[in-house]
Amino acid sequence: MTTVGDGVLVQANGLVKRFGEFTAVGGIDVAVRKGEAFGFLGPNGAGKSSTMRMVACVSPRTEGELSVLGMDPDRDGPRIRARLGVVPQLDNLDTELTVRQNLQVYGRYFGLSRATVRAKATELMEFAQLSERADDEVEPLSGGMKRRLTIARSLVNDPELLLLDEPTTGLDPQARHLLWDKLYRLKQQGVTLIITTHFMDEAEQLCDRLVVMDHSRIVAEGAPSALIKQYSTREVLELRFNPGEQQDALDNGVADLVERIEVLPDRLLLYTENGESTLETAHAKGIRPLSSLVRRSTLEDVFLRLTGRSLVD
Amino acid sequence: MSTTQTDTRVVSPLLRIAPTGMYARRARMLVERSVLVSRKMWLIILSGFFEPLFYLLAFQVGFGKLVETVQGPGGQTMSYVAFVAPALLASSAMNGAVYDSTFNIFFKMRYQRLYEGVLATPLGPLDIAMGEISWALVRGVLYAVAFFAVVSGMGLVTSPWALLMVPVAILIAFAFAAIGMAATTWIRSTTDFGLIQLVLIPMFLFSTTFFPLSVFPGAVQVIIQIFPLYHGVELMRGLATGVLDPSMLGHLAYLVVLAVVGMLVAARRLRVLLLR
Ligand SMILES: Nc1ncnc2c1ncn2[C@@H]1O[C@H](COP(=O)(O)OP(=O)(O)O)[C@@H](O)[C@H]1O
Ligand SMILES: [Mg+2]
Repeated sequence: MTTVGDGVLVQANGLVKRFGEFTAVGGIDVAVRKGEAFGFLGPNGAGKSSTMRMVACVSPRTEGELSVLGMDPDRDGPRIRARLGVVPQLDNLDTELTVRQNLQVYGRYFGLSRATVRAKATELMEFAQLSERADDEVEPLSGGMKRRLTIARSLVNDPELLLLDEPTTGLDPQARHLLWDKLYRLKQQGVTLIITTHFMDEAEQLCDRLVVMDHSRIVAEGAPSALIKQYSTREVLELRFNPGEQQDALDNGVADLVERIEVLPDRLLLYTENGESTLETAHAKGIRPLSSLVRRSTLEDVFLRLTGRSLVD
Repeated sequence: MSTTQTDTRVVSPLLRIAPTGMYARRARMLVERSVLVSRKMWLIILSGFFEPLFYLLAFQVGFGKLVETVQGPGGQTMSYVAFVAPALLASSAMNGAVYDSTFNIFFKMRYQRLYEGVLATPLGPLDIAMGEISWALVRGVLYAVAFFAVVSGMGLVTSPWALLMVPVAILIAFAFAAIGMAATTWIRSTTDFGLIQLVLIPMFLFSTTFFPLSVFPGAVQVIIQIFPLYHGVELMRGLATGVLDPSMLGHLAYLVVLAVVGMLVAARRLRVLLLR
């Protein structure tokens, strides 16, 4: 058994999850510290949800060590779950109850008194900006509202650790930003967050530290800025060409301008410390892109570098 | 999963053998939830009460005129309506429980994914099974008490033992809710409910509900004695007429075993399906 260091809420060593012959999580090592926002970034099927479900004590691990809040999920599942908040990938709100009843009944599952859940529901509806919909059914709510209600519900027991599985997938940009704002506030209040996402902007916005997951394994780990520094350049020059002309540019030696180039079906990504000057050099070599764009490197570039594929396809 | 958890709280020996995490002793929270939901379902609940009453009426004014008397459990002659009434009480307890534990549970499990949310809290599969079965049982009891009041008002029960028909109705509801929920965990789509109907209808018709066991050929009698409802009907009829028999302990045991086994199977299946 590994010793769980001070302030480490989740510790996994060689954690494995198999479904029959299929390996969903292939031996990962993770340590999540108290107070941080920790991310699992990876494409669909990487094994993020399977990992989250093991941490949430609703899926027994196949192999390896796992400690959550200093306890073993196999032995102390109910005791651990009492102190967790869980936002599953797919909303599982109680569609036979109203917004308020959803919060109250869920609080009762945690053994809270009727008076406590009544007060808690009012407070959480305020937080989730759902007070006006208190006595409405859940089904007609928008996707963003349902997600906020699910998050509110996960907070009913004042969890020390909040697990959010793709909290904003399927939401429009406005709803996403509202949700990020809520999560940011929780983080300020000292709640430890574990977030899975396949959106690099979400990971960059919310996570202090993250692991990049691909094909059931962790391929990189660190703070978003450190990962970008380690695996990418400061800037990226994106070049788009008329159909067919991208190959001409490659034949013209565009790749020699930079240390690393990624060839995507619709554009070239040139990794460089200074995008503008690389663009000038390209022009000087007679390369004439249809359009060009200089931007900062993101986690998307990190993922591309590590796996050769895009995060979102 | 470890099966050797030591728990200082007082838990019945049966529950202590369950693997860790199966049971948090909060099954009542699911009953609370059902009570909240039921406020919107009062019409369905009410219809479950009228169903056996309509049957009774049909026998009182219809059949009762054609077949006036039959031989009762003690060999005595009794009115046909008095013969059928206790059986209808048993089957109404069954129907209320089955409705709740099949359709409703299926919907909550497959479409609403309610239990996945519940299992993310300290509650375990046995809390869910116990909570849901208890609710089905509450409904069964409501029907039974109301029906019992009507039947005794009509003078169709003739023994003080008949008061025990209410706890027996509870047991019948419990047993059927438990096997209903266990069976539902194997149902994949709504068309499979046809199978449940296929079992329920002959059980309702032939569990000595409308005619005594002796009218069936010997081989068929054996099959009928496997039907759980048969045991419920025999208990009810014996109590209604005050004809007590040691075989009633056997009927009782049969239903108790079904109730307990059904509940444990349902909890185990929930774990297999949802805690993968
Ligand atoms: N209950 C299950 N049974 C069989 N395979 C599963 C199950 N859950 C997940 N998987 C498989 O495990 C892999 C990882 O899934 P998941 O953890 O959901 O990934 P992610 O959340 O990163 O998209 C997928 O290929 C998925 O099909
Ligand atoms: Mg997932």
